[in-house]
Amino acid sequence: MLDDTNAKSMTIIVTKGTLDWAYPPFILATTAAAMGIETTMFFTFYGLQLLKKKLDLKINPLGNSAMEMPMGGGHMAMPNIVAALPGMTSLTTTMMKNMMKKKGVASIEELRDLALEADVNMIACQMTMDLFEYKREDMIDGPTLGGAASWVDVAAKSDINLYI
Amino acid sequence: MADQVLDAKGLNCPLPILRAKKALKDMPTGAVLQIDATDPGSVKDFEAFCRTTGNEMMEHSEKAGVYTFLIKHTA
Repeated sequence: MLDDTNAKSMTIIVTKGTLDWAYPPFILATTAAAMGIETTMFFTFYGLQLLKKKLDLKINPLGNSAMEMPMGGGHMAMPNIVAALPGMTSLTTTMMKNMMKKKGVASIEELRDLALEADVNMIACQMTMDLFEYKREDMIDGPTLGGAASWVDVAAKSDINLYI
Repeated sequence: MADQVLDAKGLNCPLPILRAKKALKDMPTGAVLQIDATDPGSVKDFEAFCRTTGNEMMEHSEKAGVYTFLIKHTA
């Protein structure tokens, strides 16, 4: 596919599956595709979460001292000992999702649909699928299954290769 | 004058670009798309979008927090 055109191309290795880290790969992939760049995403380890039919992405500030939420004109960070309490993951996730909606930030579902629509090539790591015992039918239809060699093959011919 | 108007107000990065691309794809060569956006980052982003894709930025302006772009579909 890449040999047939003069278009530039980009690959992204997607390794993270939390709500916050789901954004950079999908934002970059959809934007690159919109700018005429052939884009391939290789989903491995926790990145596979982003391919599930039913997305249930979460976020918890535990151990992330850089995460603070805008609050009353200032910013507030959550102490680790509070973030570790039961229920804090779903609370933080709800807060983050509400904030994103209010600010006109797309949902991951929406960005993923747009990526598929724009013919972004998706590869799900076969080894991680086996390792975590994920079933192909739990994942969306678009991606093909492949291994490291599938990514290297595309990456060797690409102009931009990112690891997220 | 624009042949088509895209209301991207209230949308944040990268949605204005994605919606604009989608609209341009269905427009004939030479047609002009007007985009209204409120994302301040869209100014730099639409310039970059045009540079990379080869579409022509005819003009852009800002009025009361709304950024308006006129892009001619040339690529």
